[in-house]
Amino acid sequence: MEAPVQATIRSLDPRVTRLGIPQELPEFTPKPPLDEWQTYEVFHQARPGEQPVHVGTVHAPDPEMALVFAKEQYARRGTTYSLWVVRTADIYAFRSEDADIFATVPEKTYREPQDYKVVQKLLRLKRKSHGSSSADAPASP
Amino acid sequence: MVPPLQMPQLPPEALPALKDLLYRMADDALIIGHRHSEWTGLGPILEEDIAFSSIAQDKIGHAYALYRLLHELGEPEPDHAAFMRDAPQFRCCHLVEYPNGGYDFSLMRHLLFDLAEQWRYHLLERSSYEPLAQLAHKVRGEIKYHVFHATQWVVHLGAQGTEESHERMQRALLQALPLALGIFEPSEYEELLAGHAIFPGERVLQSHWWETLLPILERAQLQVPPLETLTPAYGGRRGQHTEYLQPLLDEMTEVFRSDPTAQW
Repeated sequence: MEAPVQATIRSLDPRVTRLGIPQELPEFTPKPPLDEWQTYEVFHQARPGEQPVHVGTVHAPDPEMALVFAKEQYARRGTTYSLWVVRTADIYAFRSEDADIFATVPEKTYREPQDYKVVQKLLRLKRKSHGSSSADAPASP
Repeated sequence: MVPPLQMPQLPPEALPALKDLLYRMADDALIIGHRHSEWTGLGPILEEDIAFSSIAQDKIGHAYALYRLLHELGEPEPDHAAFMRDAPQFRCCHLVEYPNGGYDFSLMRHLLFDLAEQWRYHLLERSSYEPLAQLAHKVRGEIKYHVFHATQWVVHLGAQGTEESHERMQRALLQALPLALGIFEPSEYEELLAGHAIFPGERVLQSHWWETLLPILERAQLQVPPLETLTPAYGGRRGQHTEYLQPLLDEMTEVFRSDPTAQW
């Protein structure tokens, strides 16, 4: 009697069938913890002079590879002039439990920058309606 | 069947030479695109899976564009050119036919192939055959990214990875190099193509390729055997293929051949 041949997984996908994966999987040794690439934050710049906008993250072993991946994740459609990547660990941010430090006492609305934002929105709109695609730096307050 | 276009700049004796060049390029792109696509869903990490799948799609796009040029010259329409021929009618090199193996071989093949593609299209940007020159200009950015992707990986695994990754890239290089030399298998049309300024020829292409390849492999800290010790895997350009091509074609064409007249 020959030894029984172990049944392998048959899939609709011929590539999976070809792998000859046994139906009864052997026990896995879990990977050691922290065996992960670090993450990079990706910023997308649509046109020269425009502000890069944060669009997401990628896993990568180094900045060059982060650019390689960012291109396919975030620049496949639409217009792209450049991409920036920054190691997530290099970004300093407030902790969520400190969010209350941004609360403002209502009596000081004269100090809020809303007006500037509106002015910049109007400027952008004007530039657009004049058919210019170049985005000059907004007038700083 | 579309009749051949009137091409005042293309003398009739150059037509078979041009078609042969286009079939070689189109079949290379189609088959390596299919091989790359076999990694879809199986890539090492999500980001890379997406990037490599996207490169595979680009290759199929290049093949489609080239089959369209052939169709304009009187050859069958793209779907039929891609899906209705068998191995002996294909003009791809052996390098693209080989099974994916591990990611080491797939990446090394990707580098060796795309560096040659980059040079080939660069030279073709000045081709006297205008439609091909235009296509070469159009694909420049995509292929630049393909080379960028391949170089990053090969250098990373060769020089910045582990001992195992270095060894595996070295093995992959030794396996893939003779196959890659098959890209440049000369045809009977070399002089004709160069004479009509359609394409300067495989020999010119190979020397550009080799000069650019060496510094990349040096950055990857890989040992390169002397060129003269390698036996190029020729035959593909004459329709003599490895045992791997026909099974690939059977699988790739199964759906199309089940009803070639179906409207998709």
